[in-house]
Amino acid sequence: MIEIGGFTALYIFMLSAFTGYEVISRVPVILHTPMMSGSNFIHGIVLVGAIVVMGGAESTLEQVIGFIAVALAAGNAVGGYVATVRMLEMFNPKDKKGEA
Amino acid sequence: MDIFIQVVYFITAILFILGLKKMSSPVTATGGIVWAGIGMVAASLVAFFEPGVFEHTGNVVLIVVAIAVGSGIAYTTAKRVQMTDMPQMIAIYNGMGGGAAAAIAAVELVKMAGSSDVPGMGHHLSTTAQVLAVIGALIGAISFSGSAIAFAKLQGIMKKTIRLPMHMMINLILFALTLVAGAIIGFSDDVSIQLVLLFFVMALVFGVMFTTPIGGADMPVVISLFNALTGLAVAFEGYVLENAAMIIAGTVVGSAGTLLTQLMSKAMNRPISNILFASFGSDGGDAAEEDIEGSMKEIQGTDAAIMMAFAEKVIIVPGYGMAVAQAQHKVSELTKLLEARGVKVMFAIHPVAGRMPGHMNVLLAEAGIDYDKILDLDEVNPEFPTADVALVIGANDVVNPVARSNPDSPIYGMPILDADIAKNCIVIKRGKGSGFSGIENHLFYADNTRMLYGDGQKAVGELIAGIKEL
Repeated sequence: MIEIGGFTALYIFMLSAFTGYEVISRVPVILHTPMMSGSNFIHGIVLVGAIVVMGGAESTLEQVIGFIAVALAAGNAVGGYVATVRMLEMFNPKDKKGEA
Repeated sequence: MDIFIQVVYFITAILFILGLKKMSSPVTATGGIVWAGIGMVAASLVAFFEPGVFEHTGNVVLIVVAIAVGSGIAYTTAKRVQMTDMPQMIAIYNGMGGGAAAAIAAVELVKMAGSSDVPGMGHHLSTTAQVLAVIGALIGAISFSGSAIAFAKLQGIMKKTIRLPMHMMINLILFALTLVAGAIIGFSDDVSIQLVLLFFVMALVFGVMFTTPIGGADMPVVISLFNALTGLAVAFEGYVLENAAMIIAGTVVGSAGTLLTQLMSKAMNRPISNILFASFGSDGGDAAEEDIEGSMKEIQGTDAAIMMAFAEKVIIVPGYGMAVAQAQHKVSELTKLLEARGVKVMFAIHPVAGRMPGHMNVLLAEAGIDYDKILDLDEVNPEFPTADVALVIGANDVVNPVARSNPDSPIYGMPILDADIAKNCIVIKRGKGSGFSGIENHLFYADNTRMLYGDGQKAVGELIAGIKEL
């Protein structure tokens, strides 16, 4: 485990915040909903945390909450992915011919 | 192993950022989500090799079962849902992420509570981590229950905007109490499990109370806000677990979501505070009810069809009504018929048309309309004066000229599509009532406006039949 001290975390936090801002500021309006869905998928990374926490669960209560955490996180990741892909497929010219 | 895990997390963070970047252009967007997906799978797999996870075989089994259950449900719902219902699905998946972040914090806090009777032996977090765990839990829980309410509203399960007397006051007190409980938990060495429970219940109730008074029309902004909040919650829990990938991904989403929320409320010309703390219909919806000149003039589908068939330029303004009626495929058919007759057809999309920015674009793209025909507010407004027909399908507030003319109106100052300036305006509408915001629309009474009553799908069907007969 690498140590992430207070200030290192603060720097990561600051740089990531600017990155997120920059990345989305050039998005055309037509992609706003897919983009929201896509960023919704990205925070599905919470699944990693849920797995780690559940893995270390000791009491039954911890296991129950951990189970909920993993299930919810997996739902976030998978649902977010499928929804985003389905929306983005709409912009794919190849599929359009098939539908029309 | 440890280095390997960290390297994978590092690559995942890069894939996420590049993926998001690629998603910002229609050409590369599909590739973007795939990159992010690869990162997600890799990070989830190496998470099993984090120290401690494989120590309890039972837990590993439970994790696999939980992943199967969660992703199974999410996969089937996401595959089956109609494109029109996507916004509420985003809300629910986002809520799940918030709930997961809150649950992670709950496990950490329960561990602390359980171990405090063995001095010096138990689970230990630094004060910073403990406080951030609590903040993440608070934000995550609010996002979880709030998103559930947003889902219920958009899905039509919960139709009324419920406002208790003194709603604001109750919310403030509840929030203050939650903060106090959170602060006690965050700074104590001896965490009480009852207090943790009370804290989570209060945070969840607050999420509900916060969201219920907000009208359905404002839900996109709220969903976007919850999306940003979940990102933050994930980032905070990432600090607690010392997981840089979670901190980076969560923060990127947090700031991107915040910007998106700002863009949306800017398009509605209302400060975010106004959307969150005052519901639309209640503050001065009556102001617009006074004297409206003229009357609503009805038109038959065949007449409207002739008008459009012999036009040179037609601008179609779709709104939520089109989405509800699932009329986008009919609209696409109409477009092709008109274009075959040499009519120039373009689409005018208001930033907040539908239930989310870009919602209309997704629907039109689904129906096979090229996105270069789909224009933004700034691009399309100069086109209206030369347009022969503006066809408004199930849009209302976004074409209400009151926003330009009447300073007393609650939507005054909101940028609108100037459909009233077109030579003729045909409005397809289900009934005579006012729109989502409850504000009368002066466009419907204008001299150059004709009303075509009926469900969007049926009305556009009449237009198609009318043009085919010519």
